[in-house]
Amino acid sequence: MRTQNNKAWFFVLPVLLLVAFNALIPMMTVVNYSVQETFGNNVFFWEGLRWFEELLNSDRFHAALGRQFLFTGLILLIEVPLGIIIALSMPRKGPWVPVCLVLMALPMLIPWNVVGAMWNIFTLPDIGLLGYLMNTTLGIEYDMTQSPFAAWATIITMDVWHWTSLVVLLSYAGLVSIPDAYYQAAKIDGASPFKVFRYIQLPKMKQVLTIAILLRFMDSFNIYTEVFVLTGGGPGNSTTLLSIDLVKIALGQFDLGPAAAMSLIYFAITLLVSWLFYTLMTKDDAK
Amino acid sequence: MTNWSPAGQLSNLPVWRNLRRHRPGPAAGPRSLTLTFQSALMTLKTQNITKVVNGQTHIKPTTLTLETGHFNVLLGQTGSGKTSLIKMMAGLDPIADGQVLMDGQDVTKLSTQKRNISLVHQFFVNYPHMTVYDNIASPLKVAGMAKSEIQGRVEEAADILQLRPMLHRRPHELSGGQQQRTALARAIAKESRAVFLDEPLANLDYKLREELREQLPELFAGRGAVVVYATSEPEEALLLGGYTGLMDDGHVVQFGRTADLYRTPGSLTAAAVFSDPPINKASVTKAGDQITMGDASWTAQGAAQGLSDGDYVVAIRPHHVTPTPSHKHTVPLSGNVLVTELSGSESSAHFRLDVGDWVSLSHGVHPYEVGADHPFYLDPSACFYFAPDGATVAGGPS
Amino acid sequence: MAKITLSKLRHSYMANPASPDDYALKQIDLDWSDGGAYALLGPSGCGKSTLLNIISGLLMPSEGQVLFDDRDVTAFPPDQRNIAQVFQFPVIYDTMTVFDNLAFPLRNRGVDEARVAERVTEIATMLEVTDMLGTKAAGLSPDNKQKISMGRGLVRDDVNVVMFDEPLTVIDPHLKWKLRSKLKELHQKLRATMIYVTHDQTEALTFADQVVVMQDGEIVQIGTPVELFERPAHTFVGHFIGSPGMNVLAAEMRDGGAFLNGHHIALDGAVTAQEGAPQIGIRPEFVQISDTGLPATVRKVADIGRHSVVEAMVGDTAIKAITEGTAPQQGAAVHLQFQQNQTRLYRDGWLATEGRPT
Repeated sequence: MRTQNNKAWFFVLPVLLLVAFNALIPMMTVVNYSVQETFGNNVFFWEGLRWFEELLNSDRFHAALGRQFLFTGLILLIEVPLGIIIALSMPRKGPWVPVCLVLMALPMLIPWNVVGAMWNIFTLPDIGLLGYLMNTTLGIEYDMTQSPFAAWATIITMDVWHWTSLVVLLSYAGLVSIPDAYYQAAKIDGASPFKVFRYIQLPKMKQVLTIAILLRFMDSFNIYTEVFVLTGGGPGNSTTLLSIDLVKIALGQFDLGPAAAMSLIYFAITLLVSWLFYTLMTKDDAK
Repeated sequence: MTNWSPAGQLSNLPVWRNLRRHRPGPAAGPRSLTLTFQSALMTLKTQNITKVVNGQTHIKPTTLTLETGHFNVLLGQTGSGKTSLIKMMAGLDPIADGQVLMDGQDVTKLSTQKRNISLVHQFFVNYPHMTVYDNIASPLKVAGMAKSEIQGRVEEAADILQLRPMLHRRPHELSGGQQQRTALARAIAKESRAVFLDEPLANLDYKLREELREQLPELFAGRGAVVVYATSEPEEALLLGGYTGLMDDGHVVQFGRTADLYRTPGSLTAAAVFSDPPINKASVTKAGDQITMGDASWTAQGAAQGLSDGDYVVAIRPHHVTPTPSHKHTVPLSGNVLVTELSGSESSAHFRLDVGDWVSLSHGVHPYEVGADHPFYLDPSACFYFAPDGATVAGGPS
Repeated sequence: MAKITLSKLRHSYMANPASPDDYALKQIDLDWSDGGAYALLGPSGCGKSTLLNIISGLLMPSEGQVLFDDRDVTAFPPDQRNIAQVFQFPVIYDTMTVFDNLAFPLRNRGVDEARVAERVTEIATMLEVTDMLGTKAAGLSPDNKQKISMGRGLVRDDVNVVMFDEPLTVIDPHLKWKLRSKLKELHQKLRATMIYVTHDQTEALTFADQVVVMQDGEIVQIGTPVELFERPAHTFVGHFIGSPGMNVLAAEMRDGGAFLNGHHIALDGAVTAQEGAPQIGIRPEFVQISDTGLPATVRKVADIGRHSVVEAMVGDTAIKAITEGTAPQQGAAVHLQFQQNQTRLYRDGWLATEGRPT
């Protein structure tokens, strides 16, 4: 391979260095913590797999993990179909296209902690617009600090509001890439609108949808800031998702060993689910 | 629609007239001198170049010497390796082994940008955000040429290709033919040492293709660049090619003067590559001066007379098998007509013989009845004979 | 199957067309009989695709009517016209098998499964795709994908017309002739009314019994392949059909005869139009190089193997001749002879001689 371009390595090198600094080195630190006990002052005691065993048998961990899956499952169930429906109803040509796209992108541009704070104020029963409207005007009892149901409804609505746009934009990109001839052929073949969706639009959106679902899964599974700012994990532990629990253990209780073990399990679950999902979705294409 | 004439509305391209006006010479004006340039490169040579992808050899060792002064055509079907070979010569595809020499200088390791070459692709590749003027000027700007000189060259190239009225439009406002002419103008203005044209006419309407095909050799005449032209159409090779390389399965089967290759193919493969519709072939036996092919037989003519008795493969081009007899087309064959086709001025019939499926090509619109038996007449003086494995020539028309 | 009538069709893509140039289709009147094979032939931009879209209902004409069996369908959307169309690029349903793709138009119309299986098998056999029926359509080669698209167009036996919009664009050049002839064969078996739109003369002439030649939104000639070749009604047809096209030579009319560069040229018949710029039209096939006749100088000889195209200059006029024998050298002085029964006169582009039938 005489003409092989070795310059390529030169361009890849910075990325490798970056990955080493922002992923590999912190990761090794975590692995290091996860098998030891420390009481500060850089004094460590070997504990082996004790933290892992304890964690996997802990009810608290199971509960947090369950809540995490429930949250992710619910927002995926809402955001994906909703995103597709919005994308389908957006205009594909004409002057309204850029307007719709900008409006869609707006929520995604807001920083996460601001989103949490916004919704916190928005839902306050006394001065928040939504809270006041529900409690006083409509007479529906709605207080996030009291009712777990209200808290869940709020974090889910907030996430849907914040992130459905991502699904919309990706689906929309898939839709506009479908040539007109497909729609014309379907008309001539006598296909119903549902069949057009099922056999033309959905297959053509499949690849971008895979990416969208993957991104939404990873993001929502690791969600922290918005929920923490909004509910702080309460009332009680009702909205204590895995990430919030992790921070409580690590920073609240300063149990670095168990927290590190939990991080690794957390990471393994995210990786496993993502890999499973991606393999399943792309299985047909490989053939 | 009034007063339409071929050189007028449809063509919009009486380029050869312009060419004569701009061709460098004593009668040409001072402007033309900007386009009269030294022959920068005399040869482009490949020395045993090969291409290997994932352990599979895509291009077998190829040694070619391509010169200026005529078109060098690479003829072969889709997938035969024409584009790969061009990309290897242009430095766009890695070469597993071997060398590319330009004017004796080894450029194998030189990047494409430094080789001073042009490439016109089958699809119309232009910068979409630039006007036609900027598209043509882009390589000159990159080369750091003075603005006034750029303008002279761009306008000259635009005149030759009849693009002057479109200089300030963008590619998407042009027809396919105009877009491809823009790409050609860029190649001309640049005055490269080598110009690679990879099926540049394949995506154009056939009438436009006909016209550009006629003009292309004149566009590059006297430019000093080595012109390499890839095509899948034998007729295009015959019209354009001073020299032709016949390609099959990643391999240059034969290289030489186009007319020589057409008249004396070195193998059955070479004869097949240089025939459209496909060449007719069958096994024959020679005994004495008689050649027998299934139910038909004829007397050996020309070089075939000297063949020793035995088995051969005969190959004959479709236009040497006609639906009417003549003083040359004397050997009757009875074929069952499978399919007929009409181009504007020629008819072809695919028919079944006891030795296989053959094609006949004849002038005019010929009536055939599909499914019926029809007589065809073979010209025994136009037969090529090959050894049974097709590899070597046994004899052909003198 | 149906008879198709286009009556006073005009179409403009502009909101308020003023001059005739604003119309993509200027005035189209056509009658196509049931079960025929027709082609719309013309260069890109001649309006043939616009016309096709009007017939299929994807486009509503600005003026005029489309009639299927004398029933006005101008306002009907495509799905109510009972038509089939094959597009330039293969349209296949990726997630379905080949069988399901072919069955799709039938199932959408509630045809019972037994009949679906019967029709699909029949069409698949004709297209020689039977062995692919169980495979997913996404993985097929472009030519097989296009075969499946065609199959979907042909699978219904109740359609009024099947339309093909340059269906061989994506097909490898060496496979084109197979599909070209396959289509012809399918027409002969199915006897459906078929309209084939193309800019390729070989595709049009091979496929169609009648070819409609279009230029600038107008129909220039409707005729059989033989008619288009031998008696082009317009110089455009003469040039567009045939490779190389017809020689169109500016002439002079005097003393009741046609003259080219001062030489009298015998025409095929009586002149029918007295007005308009005269041009002589003769195909290169009918120009012979001989010892007597029009004196000319050879400018260029192109040897394309099976024959040579000789370009000779008579004064400033270039004339092409096809010769199968030994071609003269460049620069040689030769004489040209025009075969009289193929020498036509055109006035303002339109045929102006009454040739005797050949």
